[in-house]
Amino acid sequence: MYYYITLISTWMIPMFILVTLLLASWRKVPTYELFVEGGKEGINIALSLLPFLLGMIVSIAILRSSGAIDAFVSLLNPILVKIGVPSEIIPLAIIRPISGTAALAMTAELTQTFGADSYIGRLAATMQGSTDTTLYILTVYFGAVGIKNMRYALKVGLLADLVSIISALLIVYIVFG
Amino acid sequence: MFNGTMEEVNQALFESANEAVTITIGLVSMLIFWLGFMKIAVEAGILRIFSKLFEPIIIKLFPEIPKGHLAIQYILSNITANIFGLGNAATPMGIKAMEEMKQLSGSTTASRSMITFLALNTSGLTIVPTTVIAIRIQYNAVSPTEIVGTTIIATCISTLAAILLDRIFYMRSKM
Repeated sequence: MYYYITLISTWMIPMFILVTLLLASWRKVPTYELFVEGGKEGINIALSLLPFLLGMIVSIAILRSSGAIDAFVSLLNPILVKIGVPSEIIPLAIIRPISGTAALAMTAELTQTFGADSYIGRLAATMQGSTDTTLYILTVYFGAVGIKNMRYALKVGLLADLVSIISALLIVYIVFG
Repeated sequence: MFNGTMEEVNQALFESANEAVTITIGLVSMLIFWLGFMKIAVEAGILRIFSKLFEPIIIKLFPEIPKGHLAIQYILSNITANIFGLGNAATPMGIKAMEEMKQLSGSTTASRSMITFLALNTSGLTIVPTTVIAIRIQYNAVSPTEIVGTTIIATCISTLAAILLDRIFYMRSKM
């Protein structure tokens, strides 16, 4: 089953490109002109995105390097351990919605130290894979179109992350525990 | 400040600023390619066929978007790319969807549809967690893909939660 899913996802983009180009040339659509025109928009979007992204990434880096996040983790640690959360996984659970690169590095590190087939290794992989970096997504999408007031978007994103972390903990416990 | 890590803070500041530029450059290539290509795809009408099929579901999730609107095509492309673990293609399509939704609302305040859309994206609905599998292969997992099942269940639960939370907060904001 999994084999077929990966097969589909590797074939999907090439097939999509092929079918689109065939259909476009059949309908006599000016492909090259459209491609260049759309591509130009891409440059503008990326450039206007940079200040938003840079501001967000730098402030997270400051929070991390100054020890503020570590302090937060050690504050929550005793409570979470009491409920039965393995203490090795707590930093990853907290960093996952905040920084994608940091979370990825932590997942790799946990997989290396505890082994890919250990309980912690499987838990880290599930946690990493089952959700996306909320702060990054909000910054990129809202920044790209110039939204200044994001209303309740952050609350929804972070609460959904909480649900995702709890469900990863429970499911890995049920399946591999 | 309290931990005597000011040195590290200075270093992190400049390193992360560099990282932001690197990430943006990585995005530039994908944005140019996909926004260029999606223009062809929209003009050729390939997405219209596809979105006709799923339009009823999208309309249910995004009641503010009128039937047959271009935003639906982009939202669907973004969701499909995410599900198949094609993050690089998903972001440009998502940005186009946001642009279309901004034209609908015409303000700098996030609209209801935008928030629903981002709730779906942040919960990371996927059936192929590509990067995680790559890490597990790198560290010699006996079965690198054995976490796919648990990941799919967790991501489905978090996506459902995101949709529910989005509805709840929307209702609250209207009161």
